[in-house]
Amino acid sequence: MSASLVLVVVMAVMYAAGVYVMLERSLTRVLIGFLLVGNATNLLIFIMSGRPGSAPIVTGTASDEAMADPVPQVLMLTAIVINFGITALLLALIYRSWWLAQLGDEGDIVTDEHAEETTELTEETFRSSTEDEEAIQAALDASEHEDEAEGAQAP
Amino acid sequence: MNALIPLVVAIPLLGAAITLALGRRRRQQIVVSVLSLTSVAVISSVLLFLVDRDGPGVVHVGGWDAPWGIVLVVDRLSAIMLLVSALMLLGVLIFAVGQGIADGDSDTPVSIFHPTYLVLAAGLFDAFVAGDLFNMYVGFEMLLSASYVLLTLGGTGARIRAGITYIVVSLMSSLLFLSAIALLYGATGTVTMALLAERIPDLPSDVQLILGLLLLLAFCVKAAVFPLSFWLPDSYPTAPAPVTAVFAGLLTKVGIYAIIRTQTLLFPDNQLTAPLMIAALLTLVIGILGALAQADIKRLLSFTLVSHIGYMVFGIAMGTQLGISATIFYVVHHITIQTTLFLCAGLIERVGGTTSLSRLGGLLKAAPFVAVLYFIGAMNLGGIPPFSGFLGKVALFQAGVELGDPLSYVLIAAGAATSLLTLYALARAWNMAFWRTKAQAEELESLDSMMEAPQDEGTVKTKTISPMMTGATTAMLVLTVALTVFAGPIFDLTARAAANIENPSTYIDAVFPDGAP
Repeated sequence: MSASLVLVVVMAVMYAAGVYVMLERSLTRVLIGFLLVGNATNLLIFIMSGRPGSAPIVTGTASDEAMADPVPQVLMLTAIVINFGITALLLALIYRSWWLAQLGDEGDIVTDEHAEETTELTEETFRSSTEDEEAIQAALDASEHEDEAEGAQAP
Repeated sequence: MNALIPLVVAIPLLGAAITLALGRRRRQQIVVSVLSLTSVAVISSVLLFLVDRDGPGVVHVGGWDAPWGIVLVVDRLSAIMLLVSALMLLGVLIFAVGQGIADGDSDTPVSIFHPTYLVLAAGLFDAFVAGDLFNMYVGFEMLLSASYVLLTLGGTGARIRAGITYIVVSLMSSLLFLSAIALLYGATGTVTMALLAERIPDLPSDVQLILGLLLLLAFCVKAAVFPLSFWLPDSYPTAPAPVTAVFAGLLTKVGIYAIIRTQTLLFPDNQLTAPLMIAALLTLVIGILGALAQADIKRLLSFTLVSHIGYMVFGIAMGTQLGISATIFYVVHHITIQTTLFLCAGLIERVGGTTSLSRLGGLLKAAPFVAVLYFIGAMNLGGIPPFSGFLGKVALFQAGVELGDPLSYVLIAAGAATSLLTLYALARAWNMAFWRTKAQAEELESLDSMMEAPQDEGTVKTKTISPMMTGATTAMLVLTVALTVFAGPIFDLTARAAANIENPSTYIDAVFPDGAP
C-alpha cells in the first residue's frame, strides 16, 4: 500500500498538536484538541484507502483496480457526523460551565431553593394583596356607611 | 429468528423517537419506554433460547453480503449480555419512574431522560450484536453520547465538573478505538470481525501485537482497568441514583464484552496473558484499597466496581475455556449485583438524606427493609457462600488452578483477599449506616468536625421512598439470588458460550456459510 507523504505528515502534526492542546486546563482548548485529534483520525482512515488519485466509483468509468476504495470514505463520513454531534454537546457543556462559573447558582433559576422561595414570595404577594383588597373594601364600606350616615344627617 | 435480531436495536431507537415527540406527556413517555424495554427483554430471552438450540444467528443488513454490508451476529455470549442488560435497564427504569412519582412532578427527571435512556439502551444492544468493528464503534458512540447527557442531567456545577472528566476520557478512548479500526482496515482491508479473524493470523506477529494492544487499550479505558480507571470513582457518584446504577452495571461491562470478543476472536495468538494478569492484580488490589478509604457509600461502591473488574480481566487473561466460562458468569453476576447495590445506595440517600457514612446512622429503625436489601446485596458482592459472588469467584479460582501458572496462584490469593476486603468495606458501611444509632453518628461527627475541616454544609434532606422503588430494587435482588439458585444451568450455558468462543470457526462459519472470500 502506498500513501501520500504530505497527508501522513499533516496527520502526525495534527495528532501531536491535538493531544498537546487537550492537556490544557481550559475547556475550550480541550475542545480544540478534540477537534484536531478527531480530524487526524479521519485523515488516518482516509490514508488507509491507499494511493490517492484513483477514479471515483462510477460504473463503467475505470477498471475495478483503478477505482478508489469507498469503504474508508464511508467510515470517515460516519466518524465526521459523530464528531460533529459530540462537538455540539461539548460546546453546550462549555457554555454551561462558563455560565456556572460566571454567575454560580445565583444565575440559575431552576434550583429547588429558588423555586421554594419563589412560591413563598408569590403566596406572600397573594396574601398581602388579598389583605389589601379586604382592607380597601372594608374602608370603602365604612366610607359608604359614613356617606349614608352623613346623607341621613344632612337634610 | 433472524428477523428478531435487528429489533433489539430498532425498538429502543423508535421508542426514543416517540418519547422525544411526547416531550411533555410524562405518563405516555413512561408507557412507551417500559413497553420498548420489556419487548427487548422478551426478544432477547427468545433469542437466547434459539441461539442456544440452533447456533449463532446472522443478519445481513439491507441484503448486502458479509464483508461489504453490515452484519449483525448473535451468539450465546451476545444473547446472554442482551438479556441481562435488558432486564437491568428495565429494573432501573421502573426505579427511576418510582422516584419521579415519589418526588412529584416538579422534581422528576427532565423530559429528555426517557429518550436519552432509550438511546443508551439501543447503543448498548447494538454493541452486543455488532458483527463488524465499525458498527461496534457506532454502538459505543451512541451509548456514550447518551451517557454524557445522563451524567450531566440538570447541569449542576458538580455534575458538569464530574461529567467533563468522564467525557474527555471517553472521547480519547473512542478516538483510540477508531484509530485502531483504521489501522486494522489498512492492514487487512476489512472491518467485519469474522473476516478479520481469517486475515489477522496472516499478518506479521509484531503488527498483530500492536493492533491487539491498541484495541485492548481503548477497551480497558471503558472497562476501567487499572491504571486507566482513575476517571470512574470521580464521575459516577455525582449522577442521579438510577443513572449511576445503569452506568456501574452496564457501561464497564460493555468494555469487558468487547475485550472478550476481540481478544478471543481476532487475536487468539497474542501472548498477553502475563500483562493482563498483572493489570488484573493491580486492579483488584488498588481498587479495593481505595474502597476501604471511602467515607461515602456511592464512592465506596464505585471503588469496589473498579476492583471487581479485576476478576473479569483475570478470567480473560487465562483465556482457557474454563476461564472464559467463569468470566461470563462473573459478568452476569456483577452486572446484576452492582446495579442493585447502587439502587440500594439511592434508597439510602433518600431515607438518610445523604450517602456520607460519617453522617448516616440509625437507618435500621428508619428503614428496616432497605437494611435487608443492602445486607443481602453486600454479602453477595463480598462473596459469602452460597451466593453467586462466591460461586463466580470459585469458578475463576478453579480455572486459575487448572492453568497452574505461578502468576495465576498469586491472582487467586489476591482475589481471595479482595473478596474479604470487599466484605469488610461493605459490612463497615452497613454497620455505620444501619446498625449504630443516630446519636452515635452525631457524636462521632462532632468529633470529626473538631479534628478536620468541616465537610460540605448541605442540609440533610430526606425524601420518601415509593413502593415502586423498593419493588424494583427487590425484584433485582431476587434476580441476583436466582443466579445463585439456578447457578448450575447458568454455568452450563456459560460453558457452552465459552466453547463457542474458544472455537471461533462457529462464529466465522455462521457469517460466511460458503467460506470466507
